Amino acid sequence: MSFPLLTAILLAPVIGIILILFIPEREQLTIKITAAVATFISLVLSIYVYVAYDQAAGGLQFLEDRSWIPALGVNYSVGVDGISLPMVLLTALVIFTGVFASWDMTHRVKEFFLFLLMLVTGVFGVFISRDLFFFYLFFEVAVIPMYLLIGIWGSTRKEYAAMKLTLYLLVGSAFALIGIIALYLYAARQLGYLTFDIQTLATVQYDIAFQKFVFFLFLIGFGVLVPIWPLHLWSPDGHVAAPTAVSMLHAGVLMKLGAYGLIRVGVFFLPEGAKFWAPLIAVLCIVNVVYGAMIAMVQRDLKFVIGYSSVSHMGYVLLGIAALNTLSLSGAVTQMFAHGIMTALFFALVGNIYHKAHTREIARFGGLAHQMPRVAAGFLIGGLASLGLPGLHNFVAEFLIFLGAFTREQGLFGGLLTYRTLAILAILGIVITATYVLRVVQRTFFGPRKEAWDHLEDARGVEMVPIVVLCATLILFGLFPSLMGDLIYSGVAPLVAKIEAAGTVGGIF
Amino acid sequence: MIRYAWLVPLFPALAFPVIAFITRRLRTLSALVGIGAIAASFVLSLGILWETLTSGVTMEKPVEYALSWLALPGAKDWVLKIEAGVLVDPLSAVMLLVVTLVALLVEIYSVGYMHGDPGFSVFFGYLSLFSASMLGLVLANNFFMMFFFWELVGLCSYLLIGFYFHKPEAARASLKAFVVNRVADFGFMLGFFYLFLMFKTFNFRELAEALPHAPHMGLLAVAATLIFAGPIGKSAQFPLHVWLPDAMEGPTPVSALIHAATMVAAGVYLLARAFVLFASIPEVSLLVAYVGGFTALFAATIALTQRDIKRILAYSTMSQLGYMIMAMGVGSMTAGMFHLTTHAIFKALLFLGAGSVIHALHEQDIFRMGGLAKDMKVTTATFVLGALALAGIPPLAGFWSKDEILLAAYSNGYTGLYILGTVVAFLTSFYMFRLIFVAFFGRRRAGLHGHESPKCMTVPLIILATLTVVAGFIGAPFVPHGFSSWVYFGEPHHLEPNYFVMVTSTLVAILGIYLAWLIYGKEVISAEALAQRWRSIHTVLYNKYYIDEAYLWFFRRVVLGLAEAFHWHDRHVVDGIFDGVGDTVRWSGYRLRYLHSGSLPVYALVFFAAVVVFVLWVATPVIGGIR
Amino acid sequence: MITLNHYLMLGGVLFVIGLFGALAKKNAIAVLMGIELMLNAVNINLAAFNRFLNPDKVVGLVFAIFVIVVAAVEVAVGLAIVINLYRQRLNTSVDEADWLKW
Repeated sequence: MSFPLLTAILLAPVIGIILILFIPEREQLTIKITAAVATFISLVLSIYVYVAYDQAAGGLQFLEDRSWIPALGVNYSVGVDGISLPMVLLTALVIFTGVFASWDMTHRVKEFFLFLLMLVTGVFGVFISRDLFFFYLFFEVAVIPMYLLIGIWGSTRKEYAAMKLTLYLLVGSAFALIGIIALYLYAARQLGYLTFDIQTLATVQYDIAFQKFVFFLFLIGFGVLVPIWPLHLWSPDGHVAAPTAVSMLHAGVLMKLGAYGLIRVGVFFLPEGAKFWAPLIAVLCIVNVVYGAMIAMVQRDLKFVIGYSSVSHMGYVLLGIAALNTLSLSGAVTQMFAHGIMTALFFALVGNIYHKAHTREIARFGGLAHQMPRVAAGFLIGGLASLGLPGLHNFVAEFLIFLGAFTREQGLFGGLLTYRTLAILAILGIVITATYVLRVVQRTFFGPRKEAWDHLEDARGVEMVPIVVLCATLILFGLFPSLMGDLIYSGVAPLVAKIEAAGTVGGIF
Repeated sequence: MIRYAWLVPLFPALAFPVIAFITRRLRTLSALVGIGAIAASFVLSLGILWETLTSGVTMEKPVEYALSWLALPGAKDWVLKIEAGVLVDPLSAVMLLVVTLVALLVEIYSVGYMHGDPGFSVFFGYLSLFSASMLGLVLANNFFMMFFFWELVGLCSYLLIGFYFHKPEAARASLKAFVVNRVADFGFMLGFFYLFLMFKTFNFRELAEALPHAPHMGLLAVAATLIFAGPIGKSAQFPLHVWLPDAMEGPTPVSALIHAATMVAAGVYLLARAFVLFASIPEVSLLVAYVGGFTALFAATIALTQRDIKRILAYSTMSQLGYMIMAMGVGSMTAGMFHLTTHAIFKALLFLGAGSVIHALHEQDIFRMGGLAKDMKVTTATFVLGALALAGIPPLAGFWSKDEILLAAYSNGYTGLYILGTVVAFLTSFYMFRLIFVAFFGRRRAGLHGHESPKCMTVPLIILATLTVVAGFIGAPFVPHGFSSWVYFGEPHHLEPNYFVMVTSTLVAILGIYLAWLIYGKEVISAEALAQRWRSIHTVLYNKYYIDEAYLWFFRRVVLGLAEAFHWHDRHVVDGIFDGVGDTVRWSGYRLRYLHSGSLPVYALVFFAAVVVFVLWVATPVIGGIR
Repeated sequence: MITLNHYLMLGGVLFVIGLFGALAKKNAIAVLMGIELMLNAVNINLAAFNRFLNPDKVVGLVFAIFVIVVAAVEVAVGLAIVINLYRQRLNTSVDEADWLKW
């Protein structure tokens, strides 16, 4: 067996945790360097896997399989395909830059990095698991450290936000757990043996009523994490309260766990269920897009703007899932990646400003581009990405989603509304996005120099790592989307084949 | 040469990162890199135009090549194929030359104009990025690439309008420009989505071939109308024109390059590129023609009362763009593109001249200027030449192209639009010479003294002035194998010179100049008295028909109001429900805790009683209940 | 002749006395003693049933011994708690041991 690359990606942060346990609290720099090295190893390995993945062959690669609890059919089995590989790369990029974004952390540094690495281990685990048991296990591993990270190192109503976030996510994961167990038992009856293996479970033919019910469970369970309206409120509150690196991971990666689960477990296993519920998702996602963007327009706190913008942008991912065709699903996965990078960039920059200015109130800023030109440039690039400017990765994603939804010929509510109408409304969302993003840029960074902020120093040294790495990623994939597009297509194709093979099911509306 | 057309946008595209990351601190070198890159593009464009015209590349037989940018199988029967391609035909070759020429001169000019500005290097970086995007837009062979660069020029416009970002007006203007253009691009994007829906391709040539087999004419009309939204925004046509006057907050070379010569003309260029689409649907063509014609008149009337030198020119640009759009609408792509070309030259000249004045005086209000002709001879001479061209005085460039448009309207049976165009020609010459008599001649109103600008600013002015004189002849009606045999739609049609149209337009232009001289030059008619006499009209015109106010009201009251309502709803209704669930749990806990009295005997009693009840309940079926 | 009924009556009386002790006594030690009484009442029942209904097998006796063992353990734990309680409060009244109340 070749070198277990995926396990190595997973274990690099674990080893980091173990090493940090043995470093005394006062050696703050050593702790930070250890964390940086651990995440850097993950990043390098992820890039290697990304490059080495054979796109022509597609399917699952870098497989590893070990029996874990044979009696229950649990295997430690990992592998990546065209959907999960971009997510692994995203996670690696975000955590690597996240460590640098929290370089100025001084309060209880040791625990902070411990929990951060624990969180990211869980996230990596979810994306590489080929086994539902481990999928769920890692899912929970990712949720729990979040509570502590926000509760201890957060700001602005941190206890409330931490509790709210944890309760929402746990309720969601309870729904998902019920769904997973239902699948497991149903499959066991059909197959005659117990297994959690995702590929095997996907071969089972679930009957329609079962699919409708279980998909609904997943829709709530993973939908909370996406977050789907009206289950979205944990996200702006959580984003605002969380410390910088956690916000980055949270908005950048954790939300993608939900969408990933919905695609991987929901759509892949239950195509008929997905077809049944797709109209509901489509309608709710428009609420996400338009409503989220409108609310972002009137926020007074920088982080709230970005928090609501995430709600709005994840609406596009949901639209991509709801339209259920190649373009839209490819677009959804692309958007998951691009939004992750973009929002991580935003949070890194806002964290930088907040750390120096001790406020995030937009009205108090103005003319910051005089003092912090690099931060302003980074923020502008993030803003342009978020409004879907060509040349940045988000544009590719949004374009594919819109085109996918646009070309889907299906009516909702008895033909009263079509996917096309919804796509048009979603495109309207980018107009609103442009308005609020550029308004924030204008009010925060442009305008006359304010002397009150003359003490703010521009980003430099390690603070530049997140800005440079994340901007470069956005531009690279924005200019050459086929670097990722073909890979994602190889992952989406089997999914679409499955959807097309599935019987026709009338939508809920 | 044509094989290397892809290099044209690449040179400035590479200059941008070089300036941004390497030569940022070395100001002179930055300027050299920017100018060098655009000069290389200019030379290449010259070669491309030459080869296009000599080697038999025509509108019907363009040269096209492409790389795959992204290809995804969409469904069983079609593939989403997005290409990064180059389409060279006389249309794009002419446009390339116009863009590179104006960009080159503007960059040279900027060395003098931006001298001493802290953002000197950045400015050249942005200009390079803009040139690259604009050239990419010109060369695009499909709607997707067009949209791609269309947005990028919008970005550059945003960055350059907001170049003096410390000025709140500039920051606001850049925001406004971007958002208004976004609204337009929303339509544009939807439009080519509809085309894609019908034909499953973005490629211009494939679309043109498939167009006659359109499955649904109504849908095609919808698509064309939506695509027309793009030009309405980019070329500042009514009702999305509001951003262009405010865009004058940017540095003046930017106004010359982006907001007069090239980017705003991109809308016209798009109409030319997709001309077959518009030509096949008469209703949409009619809409295009009337929007253009209306904007031409509308903007010209506003220009009559403005005081800011750059704003007058901005409204004039809007008005001239209206002419071009009208030309497209009445079915003469040749006339529209010809006017685009000549207008790019003389409007760049006018803006650069205005820049020279602003550079000398640091003042933009024409009523605080006066008598500049004595101080700034070169600027004045070239400016007047540009204004004459704009007014349509023969034999300058503007005369030939404007005449072509009026002739097209006249001979294609749009008499109403022809009359409207003639009226606009009168207004144009009037407001331009109002500006000239007030600012360059007459008394020094505020005692401001100008001085001539440095060589690197005046030389571009002289070059442009020379071109203003000669450029018209490439399309003059008596020149064989001129512009109309290069850029055309369908058959190369050579309209017979119509002396009635020519004479009328010249006469109204002279009339306009004479009237301006009477009022502002000789001052025999008092401008104040006129303004008093027609006060309500003057107020409406001076306030630009209150359209900005209407939009502002809509944004502040409706959009932000709705947003606040959503916010309230989110915080109180949605959050209220979910927090309410949590609060219910907590509240019931508070109530139920009294069951835990803490008294052990009570617990034991309850426990025992429960056991008794349970045993009885279980045992009842067996022992037959309590008798 | 002593019949099963007599044993059951003894067990019942003992159980009720124990129950009364467990519920009504204030002293924790007395409560524990009451619980012991109840357990022993059950033991008597088990032994009696074994003797009268199924004398060949010793199932009931085995159960009784189990109960004795568990009771011993329970008393050990209970007394440990009571001693701790006493150390904290210097009395063993169950009425005052209400710290777990809401």
